[in-house]
Amino acid sequence: MNIELHFQVQDLNARYVHAIDDDRLEQWPDFFTDDGRYHITTAENVARGLPLSLMSTTSRAMMRDRINSLRNANVYESQRYRHVVGAMLIEPAENGIVRAVSNFLVARIMHTGETILFATGRYEDRVAMADSGLRFIEKIVILDSRQIDTLLAIPL
Amino acid sequence: MTIAAANRQWPAQGLARVPYWVYSDRELYAQEQERIFRGTTWNFLCLEAELPGPDTYCRSTLGEMPVVVARDAGGTIHAFENRCAHRGSLLCLHERGEAKEIVCIYHNWTYDLAGNLTGVAFRRGLGGKGGMPKDATPEAHGPRKLRVETLAGLVFGTLSADTPPLADYLGAEIVTRIRRVMRAPVKLLGGYSQVLPNNWKLYMENVKDSYHASLLHAFFTTFRLNRLSQKGGVIISEAGGNHTTYSMAADVAGKEYEQAGMRSAQDDFHLEAPELLTTVDEYGDGVGLQILGVFPGFVLQQIRNSLAVRRVVPQGLEKTELVWTCFGFVTDDEALTELRLRQANLIGPAGYISMEDGAATGFVQRSARAAADELSVVEMGGHGTASEDNRVTEAAVRGFWKDYRGHMGL
Repeated sequence: MNIELHFQVQDLNARYVHAIDDDRLEQWPDFFTDDGRYHITTAENVARGLPLSLMSTTSRAMMRDRINSLRNANVYESQRYRHVVGAMLIEPAENGIVRAVSNFLVARIMHTGETILFATGRYEDRVAMADSGLRFIEKIVILDSRQIDTLLAIPL
Repeated sequence: MTIAAANRQWPAQGLARVPYWVYSDRELYAQEQERIFRGTTWNFLCLEAELPGPDTYCRSTLGEMPVVVARDAGGTIHAFENRCAHRGSLLCLHERGEAKEIVCIYHNWTYDLAGNLTGVAFRRGLGGKGGMPKDATPEAHGPRKLRVETLAGLVFGTLSADTPPLADYLGAEIVTRIRRVMRAPVKLLGGYSQVLPNNWKLYMENVKDSYHASLLHAFFTTFRLNRLSQKGGVIISEAGGNHTTYSMAADVAGKEYEQAGMRSAQDDFHLEAPELLTTVDEYGDGVGLQILGVFPGFVLQQIRNSLAVRRVVPQGLEKTELVWTCFGFVTDDEALTELRLRQANLIGPAGYISMEDGAATGFVQRSARAAADELSVVEMGGHGTASEDNRVTEAAVRGFWKDYRGHMGL
């Protein structure tokens, strides 16, 4: 087992969730390769073999559009997330790509202070080496529940 | 007709006003369950495609009443209350599945897929002892059966014998518009739910409010997916509660929004990946947007190539689950399916367009609590509920309240 690679994959995910929680959303696309894919779906859709996503992006350009829209076009009540991510299960690299799975809990804190457990689920990631370090080729967010409270504005 | 809740009287201005107590009166909410959802209304239960073959079932609701929808061995669709004749346990515990019969987990009483009681465990006792009296008729208290009608792949149910046939209830124009969208057998793409912190009626009003769409939803306006300057209109049923808004997809070059300084028109907002909006005119009629609502709680959506049904499930005075199911057709090629899935970014709880409806309706609920006797104003387009050839109107919202008041005796 390559301990250093293990650490780097975990570090990538840790920096990813911190960027979101710290409202550095403009950095969100930078964690992905140029044609990186990011999808949010539900465990039910996955179990039924249904392809629908709540959010689906197939390039950093689409991700930048998401963030641009959140900042400048969309209307939603001011809110923040707080991620807690469990230990990553990391498979050995194959053809330079590492698969990793981790569990997450995300609390949503409204500007009024109201806090709920907003989302739970798992990340299914594929990570590759880029010149500037590790990047997600793909991050699939699989929500345990089919229910979203009010709206889902900020990526998970 | 009796007044629904004690001392509740609709304001003298009629449909041009909505009193905020409609969103905050608990007794009224309880009476809605009986007079509307379990009354003379057709309620969307599920897509036919959710019952993929004989001996399949899925769960649904009639307001707060849990319902089983089942397709029997012969292919006929039935719907009945999800409640055992015996002590009232839920009969179906899973969202969907295959079954030749239904067995209650509590005491093993069995039912066929039409909701008829077929067996009572140890009805004749054991060894000559116990059992039910010979003249007992437990089937007399069986789960209530719904009348079921299907239209273009949509399954509707009603609990009342007095509800007119579905086609009459919808009206010819609404039936035409449903058939237009549902042009081929359905292929499910997936689903999710949005739990809204507000009364169910606020969501239905939002859907019927063609006026807000291009003012709240900057995405609609800025990318000219929906502007009130586009050719289109609103069709409203006779009773008022069913409607369709539609608009042509043709890009309108006008600058009415920009000149009026509307927040939703953002000249400097561009998409780096404009393929999000790539569309094909699959209906061949140039209509890029059609939003159709059936009283009390059903929405059929066509936004470009993104198709969905939305089922409104009241879960309390201030809580509503909005159940989304997105679909395409079995005739879709891979490219069209991919378009639909990409355009799904526009809708649902994370939708570029739809997310804001979740915010706005919740805002109204929060101010409505302490404003029970205040009035909201619904005068765009005048005071009527007739169909119009423009969408700068709240006629469909007034139509909803006309139908509501009729059912509730208000």
